[in-house]
Amino acid sequence: MKSTIQHIAFNVEEIRKDFPILSRKVNGNPLVYFDNAATSQTPQVVIDAIVNYYSSINANIHRGVHSLSQEATDAYEQARQKIQTHFNAKHSHEIILTSGTTHGINLVAHGFSSLLQQGDEIIVSALEHHSNIVPWQMLCEQTGAILKVIPMNQEGELVISDYDNLLSEKTKLVFVNHISNALGTINPIKEIINKAHNVGAAVLIDGAQSCPHLKPDVQALDVDFYVASAHKMCGPTGVGVLYGKSSWLNKLPPYQGGGEMIAEVTFKKTTYADLPHKFEAGTPNICGVIAFGVAIDYINSIGFDNIAAYENELLNHATKNLLEIEGLKIYGTSRNKTSVISFNIEGIHPYDIGSIVDKLGIAVRTGHHCAQPIMDFYNIPGTVRASFSFYNTLEEIDVLVDAVKKAKLMLS
Amino acid sequence: MTIQDIQSEIIDEFSMFDDWMQRYEYMIDLGKSMPLINDQYKTEDNLIKGCQSRVWVYAEMKDDNVIFTADSDAIITKGIIAIIIRVFSNQHPKDIIKADTNFIDEIGLKEHLSPTRANGLVSMIKQIKLYALAYQTQLN
Repeated sequence: MKSTIQHIAFNVEEIRKDFPILSRKVNGNPLVYFDNAATSQTPQVVIDAIVNYYSSINANIHRGVHSLSQEATDAYEQARQKIQTHFNAKHSHEIILTSGTTHGINLVAHGFSSLLQQGDEIIVSALEHHSNIVPWQMLCEQTGAILKVIPMNQEGELVISDYDNLLSEKTKLVFVNHISNALGTINPIKEIINKAHNVGAAVLIDGAQSCPHLKPDVQALDVDFYVASAHKMCGPTGVGVLYGKSSWLNKLPPYQGGGEMIAEVTFKKTTYADLPHKFEAGTPNICGVIAFGVAIDYINSIGFDNIAAYENELLNHATKNLLEIEGLKIYGTSRNKTSVISFNIEGIHPYDIGSIVDKLGIAVRTGHHCAQPIMDFYNIPGTVRASFSFYNTLEEIDVLVDAVKKAKLMLS
Repeated sequence: MTIQDIQSEIIDEFSMFDDWMQRYEYMIDLGKSMPLINDQYKTEDNLIKGCQSRVWVYAEMKDDNVIFTADSDAIITKGIIAIIIRVFSNQHPKDIIKADTNFIDEIGLKEHLSPTRANGLVSMIKQIKLYALAYQTQLN
């Protein structure tokens, strides 16, 4: 039987039924999935969309005269429009379909290699995932541009007064995440964007962590580039989106050469296709993009206001109960944060806690979360990170709290 | 004792445990009790950086056998190190080179040797074999 999207009011028990994986057991215990910041789980409607694509409309897109190709193309382009509407982009050609956030960042970094000069400055924040650091370091090596860093404070917030001092007419680009993956801090991106624009710099926002929790309006933000991944928002892996203002995307050179991205090819000269195809060389992840569109419909059917209110309840419950464990410290204590708790227990290595709670069926992430500069700032090897989604429950948080207590007892 | 004998002995010991908690408590005890490496050898050169936990390995030759000492910042990792060292340390390099590590599966700790754990243990075993290979070359 086909699943359909239908949610009238927020009811977590009903919502959980949409996710087949949530009823499985791990190590003999019911799965408690708290690794949502790494990837979200997939509802049946999205799984059905994937199955349906390969069972009924699988064909290569854009070039085919035959009906099946036309159907696949329509479904693919409809997904692009859904993504455009979701992010409130002005034009559908400003939506570039990628393999994920990392791809989007690398595409923009590559594009700027022809626009930057020796001595130009680009600004990153101390709260970034490695994927929003390394491509820019490579860009600096190529161009001689200089990387500056907005520092963070003990609460895990960016120090905006220091950002003010970094900005100058030399600043060409600022790239910051909307929400920190390691700590959950929501960054003041509107302020960051406005200040960058005041000195003529472009801004890229890494929305990998924000898109599961809120609905960004790229026009209201006036952001130049916004990147995200489908698999963090109930969609499949290997698909993502790069939003870019037309004016910027037209300025950037193509990232990869190949089929689909050309207007005309001769051995003397090739001219490139218009947006968005200029940046979509080769056969894309057609099925994944279509399923991404369905995931967007699904998540919107639950509603971001509902999601935010409920996840905040989960966050408060977890924060209060975890802090009752003696010696437990939470990293990332901004008042403006999403449902992510990074913590350690004094004298205990996060790997040990993660190993024991895994045995109890709980999926948390341990380690540096691909954000080593944050761990260096706190002078810790890593943290245990529990990240909650709208399909988690208060009872599951109680299971986590008990498991952490048990781990502490075993390891002390 | 040969490497094979020690592995059999460890498998016997672990067969007495009824569940994972007993196994883990045993490893945690091992991790807590054993001073595994002299501090002077906990250097950057001897460090294997895993994403999850860090492991130090040091090797030296004594009477044609390789002596391994090692440590980790995570206690469960350290407990597993204690077991690995018990198997491989003070053995002849040629025996270390040909030995396998299947006993880790048999004692129910397989997941800690998965590359996805990135806890340094897989690299540690590689490192142990490389040391053995290097010493074997010297002996030849």
